[in-house]
Amino acid sequence: MDRATYDAIVAHARRDHPDEACGVVAGPAGSDRPERLIPMVNAARSPTFYEFDSMDLLRLYRELEDRDETPVVIYHSHTATEAYPSRTDVSYASEPDAHYLLVSTADPGTDSVRSFRIIEGTIREEELRVVPVLEPAER
Amino acid sequence: MSIEVRIPTILRSYTGGEKAVEGKGDTLGDLFADLDSRHTGLRGRVVDDSGALQRFVNVYLNDEDVRFLGGIAAPVSNGDTVTILPAVAGGSGHPAGPGHPAGPGHPAG
Repeated sequence: MDRATYDAIVAHARRDHPDEACGVVAGPAGSDRPERLIPMVNAARSPTFYEFDSMDLLRLYRELEDRDETPVVIYHSHTATEAYPSRTDVSYASEPDAHYLLVSTADPGTDSVRSFRIIEGTIREEELRVVPVLEPAER
Repeated sequence: MSIEVRIPTILRSYTGGEKAVEGKGDTLGDLFADLDSRHTGLRGRVVDDSGALQRFVNVYLNDEDVRFLGGIAAPVSNGDTVTILPAVAGGSGHPAGPGHPAGPGHPAG
């Protein structure tokens, strides 16, 4: 993930604290490249739950489909607990190809950001690499 | 003429990988019953045991969330498009509990 996207996600999480923040980073279908940040509104406006508004969700998926993109990263924040998927996160996780990025804003001075795959209820942490810019796509 | 049903990635295992399938029925409930006759198991991922929509999915009739159209009883007709999308939701609400690895965080920004 490029530094600008990473910083924007952390800033979004800080801005919405103590409520949870959420959004996606889209990329070309099949590329696994997080290229286009799309912050979303947390319709739940809650410190313990996030949810994309149902109509926002429909518009988002139509836009992604029109652009031949997928949600490469789905991010949200935990505002009082660590950046690790909760039971709720696992029960809702339904994009087996997505990287679930969690940001903890529990400590005002330290950003904790971790990335996971969540497939059929199984959590697997993966390395999150922040680079100055994404390498050019292989064509 | 029939009703087009758009299938999200996670449910394409029921449709042989197809992004969209076609079905028929007078209500959403009929439509899912019809689909289940060819795509066994699909209905159960969208409709719960009591016959209500699962809370983990959103179903849209054309441009509207069917929760505002009568849910599973919503009338459908030929030429309509039904879109199924998994809810994107979660949150710290119910922590995973003890026992998971609490490793150090990744690069702080």
